[in-house]
Amino acid sequence: MRSRHRAGIGKASFLTLAILLGPALILFTTLVIVPVFEAAVFSFYRWNGLGPMVDFRGLQNYAQFIQDAIVHKALLHNVIIAVVSLVLELPLAMVLALIVSDPKFKGSVFFRTFFFLPYVLSEVITGVLWQFIYNPQYGVVKAFYALVFPAVQAPALLGDTSTVLWAILVVIVWKYFGFHMTIFIAGLQDIPREQIEAATIDGASKWRIFGSVTLPGMRTSVQLSVFFSIIGSFQLFDIVWAMGKGDPVNAGETIVTYMYKIGLQRFNIGYGGTIAVCIFLICLVFNIFYQKILVKEG
Amino acid sequence: MQSMKGQTRLMAAVKYLICAIVLLIVVVPLYISVMGGFKSTGQLRAEPMGFPSPFYANQYLDLLTGKQGSFWMELMNSLIIGIGTVAGVLLVGTFAAYALARMKFKLNSLIYAYFQLGLLFPLAVAILPLYVQLRTFKLLDTRIGVVLPQVAFQLAMMLMLLRGFIKAIPNELEEASAIDGCGQFGFLFRVIVPLSTPILATVSVITLVGSWDNFFTPLLVFNSQRKFTLPMGVMDFMGQHASDWNMILSFLTLAMVPAVVLYVLCQKYIVAGLTGGAVKG
Repeated sequence: MRSRHRAGIGKASFLTLAILLGPALILFTTLVIVPVFEAAVFSFYRWNGLGPMVDFRGLQNYAQFIQDAIVHKALLHNVIIAVVSLVLELPLAMVLALIVSDPKFKGSVFFRTFFFLPYVLSEVITGVLWQFIYNPQYGVVKAFYALVFPAVQAPALLGDTSTVLWAILVVIVWKYFGFHMTIFIAGLQDIPREQIEAATIDGASKWRIFGSVTLPGMRTSVQLSVFFSIIGSFQLFDIVWAMGKGDPVNAGETIVTYMYKIGLQRFNIGYGGTIAVCIFLICLVFNIFYQKILVKEG
Repeated sequence: MQSMKGQTRLMAAVKYLICAIVLLIVVVPLYISVMGGFKSTGQLRAEPMGFPSPFYANQYLDLLTGKQGSFWMELMNSLIIGIGTVAGVLLVGTFAAYALARMKFKLNSLIYAYFQLGLLFPLAVAILPLYVQLRTFKLLDTRIGVVLPQVAFQLAMMLMLLRGFIKAIPNELEEASAIDGCGQFGFLFRVIVPLSTPILATVSVITLVGSWDNFFTPLLVFNSQRKFTLPMGVMDFMGQHASDWNMILSFLTLAMVPAVVLYVLCQKYIVAGLTGGAVKG
């Protein structure tokens, strides 16, 4: 502290600052900030991306968004994906984290290594691999049916509107549980061992210790996992695209795959912009809401 | 006492059983992909899970020798894009993080807050205007058109990690360097960068994995097949070999290898970077 006023390699000259900060500011502004505002501008027009943007539609795109049945479907799918992540994937990740981080558990490094592996694979590779597993003529599902119900033809899980979303969900859990498990392991390591030992000596049951020592001690990592699951579900694209592009009949559609189709396959950039703005607003509102709750609790 | 011991033993058995089942669920799809690549179409149809007998190495060989598909080209493309993105993030990010962490000027905290906005903006929101923008700059179907947006969208997160680390480097070093006659850049390159190797490694690994797996940006930008990255190549190959699943699986397996090898080699950095980075931020 004493040295604070003596510190220094001279003053920060404007030139130095410009060299250091300039590239980052230019890149970030032109490719992140400006596009988001442009999306907002597009959202008020009808525009195919070519020629001048002249067909001002006011809020009509937004009215269309609110009434669009596919939007409702896609958003519902995003919500389902988020909910399943929260009630299935995170508890699974938590159980595995608890098992694997016990120092008496042999082979924990081995299991951890494999459980994290799917997270490192690209979503596209994962999606195509599972397309094979689900394939009714070749895949594992077919082999399973041949073994268990030889008389029944294997279903095309990705080709059926009633199963496609669930089939995609299995893959999402397969790919991401290891990520959440690793976040939980990091959280568990931050809990002082003495606390757990003290509770054990006091005769608290394992469930009791988990509920009143372990879980509160992991608050930050649980909050992070919840945050990633929800925000991640609203930005899902690659894995869905690789498993049938949201088809059949939009039964696997997510809001981002729909935006991509509207904007870059049907070249309705105006309406695509509207969808983008709405995705942004959803994420923003969730963000503010979540921070508020956290601030209130903490 | 006896029953207590039995109970812990039972618990241990249950724990191993759970882990074994999950392990199986993780590994079986990968095993199917590797082995499927060695099967004939007929074998694959009859026995998707079994061991190939006999082994058909044709598919892998055809892909590796370039008779089928363009595996090596796509691997190179992914590598070029990945290295370009890492270099961009390191250069631009370290410069900016250094200024924000160690220099006193009026707008410092405001500029940092501005970059933090990036954490709120998902790539998906920007994708349509980005497309229009890249078209205006004539960057569609160019590698730089993929690298620049990838760098830009990584910046917010990486700046946060880098700035935190650089800020924690003790002030005494700066004084010593000043006495030795170091300027800002001398101090940055001779003191800060060498001391920041762990965080620079973490940032590189996160960025490389992100770029390697990214599909959305290349999909948006690339048109000509000779620029396709591996994820695009996988989709393209699948489209062309619709039901030759043995071919597709061998391609998939080859496409998985680099990521798996990287993971095995730098597991510590990857796991710490991809999750620890998030935890600390």
